[in-house]
Amino acid sequence: MGRVVCPENILEEIPADILLRKVIEKKKDGQRLVQICASYVGGKYELSYSFSKDSTYQLTTLRIVIDPETEVPSITEIIPHAFFHENEMKELFGVKVIGINVDYKDKLYRIKEETPFIPKEKEGE
Amino acid sequence: MAKKRSVIPFGPQHPVLPEPIHLDLMVEDEKVIKAIPSIGFIHRGLESLVRKKDYNEMVYVAERTCGICSFMHGMGYCESVEHIMGVEVPVRARYLRTVWCEMSRIHSHLLWLGLLADGFGFESLFYQCWRIRERILDMVELTTGGRLISSVNKVGGVIRDIEPDMQTAILHAVKEIEKELRVVQKTFMNDYSVESRLKGVGVLTKKEVLELGCTGPFARASGANFDMRVRGYGAYADLDFDPIISPVGDSYARCDVRIQEIFQSIDLIRQALGQLPDGDLSVPVKGNPDGEYFMRVEQPRGEAVYYVRASGKKNLDRLRIRTPTFANLPGLCKTLEGADYADIPLLILTIDPCISCTER
Repeated sequence: MGRVVCPENILEEIPADILLRKVIEKKKDGQRLVQICASYVGGKYELSYSFSKDSTYQLTTLRIVIDPETEVPSITEIIPHAFFHENEMKELFGVKVIGINVDYKDKLYRIKEETPFIPKEKEGE
Repeated sequence: MAKKRSVIPFGPQHPVLPEPIHLDLMVEDEKVIKAIPSIGFIHRGLESLVRKKDYNEMVYVAERTCGICSFMHGMGYCESVEHIMGVEVPVRARYLRTVWCEMSRIHSHLLWLGLLADGFGFESLFYQCWRIRERILDMVELTTGGRLISSVNKVGGVIRDIEPDMQTAILHAVKEIEKELRVVQKTFMNDYSVESRLKGVGVLTKKEVLELGCTGPFARASGANFDMRVRGYGAYADLDFDPIISPVGDSYARCDVRIQEIFQSIDLIRQALGQLPDGDLSVPVKGNPDGEYFMRVEQPRGEAVYYVRASGKKNLDRLRIRTPTFANLPGLCKTLEGADYADIPLLILTIDPCISCTER
């Protein structure tokens, strides 16, 4: 009886220029990419890359904060399946992700409305 | 003779697809070389509603992300907000949530088993699975008032109790389900026609599922040993269970793992009801959330991640739901590579796709 109770999530804010190096470290450590999330906070993008170490259920999130015009390198060279996450944040949030291995050119979601919704929607509030 | 290459569109409308997804299949004669998925036919923009709705009202939006995973979407959202606000949910509420979670898993897996049987043309098996499923849906209706959208979660606990007579009815229902599922299990696992469609088809290794970020029964059927319930949310920390895994990695193993998980859910319901503590159903919640949290729960299709960010206002700044199907689509594409065209519908089913969840 009694199970592992999850350790607290770890949030690590890093400069954007070391993102790829940190992602490689995570991959070498056997961690699984769980999700990539874009948020628009205070006129900047917060990009959160979460990794799970499944032997301990530890979730670590690498966070970069960038200006809307800043280009972000795709991590699909390191983690190929990240293309869904990256296409989503590129299309819906307008994050300038460069070099996605499978680039849907803002047509991952087949919706009629013009994308991205952010930051246009925020400015309209 | 040179092999002929062509691109065949699959979906968004297809008999095996309850929900729309499109795949461009590059085939060489009858073999698939590459599959490129497209989604977005039912994107509703649910996440963006957080900026307009009160965080308490968002529970109902989160529950409507998907009909099948409805309860767990509501619970995952509530637990995220509760964590940010430091709300200690009553123990009884945590147990009740766990019981409803496992009832959801049973009806989802039985739904999938029926669809799989329908996919390989075994109509009577399809009927049997869905007939058994009715029993658990009746229990969901008895305890929550709804058969799919239960709306019993709230930030701070739950709004309905499972009374002693309901507990008796649930225990009787799961006993019947267990008995009937054993019969169905024999057909799924021993019938030669089922074996011929599933064994050795769509194999993914443990290394591949981990590299592709797969999750849930789809990953566990290839030997990946993780199940978010082990994290101990709800009442899972008090219950005795181990993730069900198979080292084989084919479609047959995915079927086996899900059947075993139904038996496991029955056991977890018995354990939870057997030690259900007395107490309140919820605690009052005051103020507004301020902070952020990543919550992970094990839905029937695998790990779902709820990211909630708030800044002390009535509405949240951001809600992001990373659903299990979203994580399993790259694995599906890999599974399709090298497959016979005739196996494509079944292989798509074996990830148990939920497109409503995926597109939100």
